[in-house]
Amino acid sequence: MNQFLQYCVSGLSIGSLYALVALGVVLIYRSTRILNFAHGDMATAGTFFALMIYELHPSFGLSFSLALLFGGLLAMGFYFGILIPAQRRDATLLGQTILTVGLGLIFQGLSSYFGGTEPQSFPFPLSDTKVYKLGQIYISQLALGATGFSLLGSLLLFFLVQRTRLGLAMRATSENLQAAQTLGIPTRRVLSLSWGLASLLGVLAGLFLAPALLLDPFFMLEPFLKGFAAAVLGGLNSLPGAIVGGFLLGLAESLAGGYLTVAFKNTLAFLIIIIILLIRPEGLLGTEFKERV
Amino acid sequence: MDLIESYKEDLRLIRRFGTGFWIVLLLIGLILLPWFAREYWVYVVTLIFIYSIGIQGQNILIGYTGQISFGQAGFLAIGAFTYGHLSLLGSPILVNLFFSGLMAGIFGILVGFPSLRLKGPYLAIVTLGFGIAVYQVFVNSEILSGGRMGLTIQKLQPLFGLSQMTTYYYFNFILVFLFTLLSYNLISSFVGRAFIAIRDNDIAAEAMGVSLTRYKLLSFAISSFYTGVQGGLYALLMGYLEPNMFTFLETITIFVAVIIGGLASVEGSILGAAFVVMVPQVFSNTKAFIPVIYGVTILIILIFEPLGLSGRWMKIRLYLRMWPFR
Repeated sequence: MNQFLQYCVSGLSIGSLYALVALGVVLIYRSTRILNFAHGDMATAGTFFALMIYELHPSFGLSFSLALLFGGLLAMGFYFGILIPAQRRDATLLGQTILTVGLGLIFQGLSSYFGGTEPQSFPFPLSDTKVYKLGQIYISQLALGATGFSLLGSLLLFFLVQRTRLGLAMRATSENLQAAQTLGIPTRRVLSLSWGLASLLGVLAGLFLAPALLLDPFFMLEPFLKGFAAAVLGGLNSLPGAIVGGFLLGLAESLAGGYLTVAFKNTLAFLIIIIILLIRPEGLLGTEFKERV
Repeated sequence: MDLIESYKEDLRLIRRFGTGFWIVLLLIGLILLPWFAREYWVYVVTLIFIYSIGIQGQNILIGYTGQISFGQAGFLAIGAFTYGHLSLLGSPILVNLFFSGLMAGIFGILVGFPSLRLKGPYLAIVTLGFGIAVYQVFVNSEILSGGRMGLTIQKLQPLFGLSQMTTYYYFNFILVFLFTLLSYNLISSFVGRAFIAIRDNDIAAEAMGVSLTRYKLLSFAISSFYTGVQGGLYALLMGYLEPNMFTFLETITIFVAVIIGGLASVEGSILGAAFVVMVPQVFSNTKAFIPVIYGVTILIILIFEPLGLSGRWMKIRLYLRMWPFR
């Protein structure tokens, strides 16, 4: 029983990070219908940026907040610099999705050029060897911090989307772009903000994942795919779904890793998705999309 | 861009005398290439041949049928390892190649089943998962992957007094020629038209009597057959196999080639193959920049030339035909 609870706790803490990544994916998908394949690479670029700043000026607060800002600006730059010109030239949705694949490749190359391909350790204020004991369950400082920060991030996002005027504009834009434009909502600014916010969440997840995994240009690939999977699990157009999906995926993975086999931990995530998609293609909390000829 | 007056004309592959002339010239040039080019270039062109088979297959799936797939590395690995194990049993090369394609095709049908209910990004995720699952199965199973040493495969024996590289070159040349003919004919047949109808609007296609189940699965099967054959040929050329040859990067490479070459174009697939093979050769000193070049090319192509290299090629041809008028 203790072991079971232990697996649950570690699953929930990794799941909270998946949820962060998934939130970023969902935020972009539901407002623009674009699946952002560059999400992981943006996060990698942000994390490398944090490392660079930290090496120049060893302060965690400064380097991390600058990295978050950098990630956000990067995504907004992509939106204004590349996506809007492409939309002006009538790029299809598929084309725009492929643009993010291209962007991801660019970030990947630049990260490995500036950061080096060797895995390096990432300095972090919380340690993953320092362990707290809650009853019979152990939880590391890092896992606790990751869970706390990602819950905080999700909560802030919830308030932003549900309780502010900006959130209302974001919801209106994702509901119906043309209607929102007609009502005088500056949709481009709102959308660029969504991109920036999504990338910021991705960098936040990256900062907490880098000390646990080692930092190299591909370290976000696996968490990104998991986050993706979590987003599909919860429904690509539902923000609460992303969080639920992330936690469920983390839980399932940790339990399967503990009781069945560690070797196929990653495959399991996709197996779950395929089954979920076959039974309920819109995801757990997503709404069905209708299509007309 | 030509005026087509009858169905018979539509089925014809070469519609003008000029086109035929240039194609014959190109073929003669390719046949003579090993006699005057350095062996290194013969190797590079052989690699282009091998890649262009799989990329044609993926173009049938992505470009013609409109199903986004990110599972190419998985099909490649299945094809390559099927080839490897069969060749260890000592069966002949062509039989091995056929079975590596067939095995990949069977898995293609399996992956194709979700595609009946999913589209767009959802399908991309499922196929992505498939690619990664296959990679992990090979990494974790020593019986399949041959363990730490990998699989060693017997290379092609030199024939007719040619050097080994030249033998490879002609062998792959004949195969790519046959596969290209097959693609062209497939596309202009009723199957190809059904694929295109599904891409343009699947609901409308179904209303017109195109069986979505049959043709989506067929498209997955054909494209993975091509990719499996590419895997087999790659194994034959390299002479050894290990799972790390088929990571997510390989998927991206093939996908990039399809996009850059031009969606829904057979000659575009060959151009795309040439692109993704040449770039790493040219930039072998600065490996970090290869993804950057891929990425920048994708951005440029999608913003300025959505039809890819083949669209640009078509415009150049039109310009030359009209010259000096515009």
